[in-house]
Amino acid sequence: MNFKNRDIISIHDFSKQELLYILKISKLMEKKPNPDLLKDKILATLFFEPSTRTRLSFASAMEHLGGKVMGFASSTMTSIKKGETLWDTIKMVESYADVIAIRHPLEGSARLSSEASSKPVINAGDGANQHPTQTLLDLYTIQKVKHKLDNLSIGMLGDLKYGRTVHSLTTALSHFNPKFYFIAPQALQMPQSYLDELKEKKINFTLESNLLKVSKKLDILYVTRIQKERFPDPVEYEKYKGVYKLDTSLLGNVKKDLKIMHPLPRVDEIDESLDKTEHAIYFEQAANGIHVRKALLALVSGKIR
Amino acid sequence: MKKELSVSAIKEGTVIDHIPSNATLKVVDILDLRGIRSIISIATNLASKEMGKKGIIKIGGKDLTKEEVDKIAVIAPDATVNIIKNYNVKQKIEVTVPSTIKKIIKCSNPNCITNNEKNVITKFYVLNKAPLTVRCHYCERNMNKEDISLL
Repeated sequence: MNFKNRDIISIHDFSKQELLYILKISKLMEKKPNPDLLKDKILATLFFEPSTRTRLSFASAMEHLGGKVMGFASSTMTSIKKGETLWDTIKMVESYADVIAIRHPLEGSARLSSEASSKPVINAGDGANQHPTQTLLDLYTIQKVKHKLDNLSIGMLGDLKYGRTVHSLTTALSHFNPKFYFIAPQALQMPQSYLDELKEKKINFTLESNLLKVSKKLDILYVTRIQKERFPDPVEYEKYKGVYKLDTSLLGNVKKDLKIMHPLPRVDEIDESLDKTEHAIYFEQAANGIHVRKALLALVSGKIR
Repeated sequence: MKKELSVSAIKEGTVIDHIPSNATLKVVDILDLRGIRSIISIATNLASKEMGKKGIIKIGGKDLTKEEVDKIAVIAPDATVNIIKNYNVKQKIEVTVPSTIKKIIKCSNPNCITNNEKNVITKFYVLNKAPLTVRCHYCERNMNKEDISLL
């Protein structure tokens, strides 16, 4: 499998074998440090939208492999303010860097960037659409704690309408015969197009608004934040914020080996009292981002085949 | 009463019939007929038994290809296209929805890069031909027939 120069834009672009291959290389990266693998390579991190974890994790991954990082963390400091198009920005950056990681508030921006650039582009989040490196690190985390990906009962909780992480993870897990439980207030449930896709693939799913009704069945509970920034109407946001607050009282109603995940940042949907329990794996999940991003940087640079 | 042709027959070229009246001029745009130097007859709001009203376009001296014809599938799926040689129909081309649609339609997602950055050519993958469902190449959002609007 050759990933050299390949763009990482959407989880839809990857076959099951390719996903498993990336996870395999991620494991290799976790086991063995490669401090000189990307020596003389430059990663540009173009973050047109705020992010802590993703940007730092990309930078850390690149530096662990001996590469250099340049970029910006907000569009206010750039020529975008002067009216420069995204296309022109990317055309300029491709001559400065070997790999480009981009986060942008508009959907489809990463795909357009990949068309503008001859260097590989990695999507670090395009609006409400895709965040493939998050999905890969989620898969990696599940595989690590469950020692498999097949036949798991997966609960997704919170903002399933606007949450790009749940959308991409649902698509990715569809390769592994899961049973899905989508837990959300009706107004924030999974978009119909995703449910149609699951029906077509003959994958079992249940829509529910009450977590306690299904919590005992779950192997994984993937919690998401109700994202204020994605709501078109602030009044709607006020209605739903704080609708789910998980704490230790939930634990009487779950499997002993249930693992709780969260892409972070959290607001108040998971109480700190859960952090120290064996169920909580969200910080480990964030840490896994480094291994997965190291693997992707090495693969698209053609340093691992 | 003597029946008269509203648009005279052509010797060579292409006749596109059964176009929905309100789409006739759009078809002219999509097929980029403005630059053609030969005779083009465009008629619209003609009486039609099946459609109520319809449009016809006759393009003298130019044979449309299947690829060109398929571009109009989004707005005139039931159009009939005949290639004319010496006043006779030499070939009938069926209009079918292509597997990808470039330019022509607009993404319904206001947050899509194609609606915010200039000079991006829209591109959609056809998921279902009837009823038409497409997925935006850029923002990956699905659109149904009701959401589809022309550029």
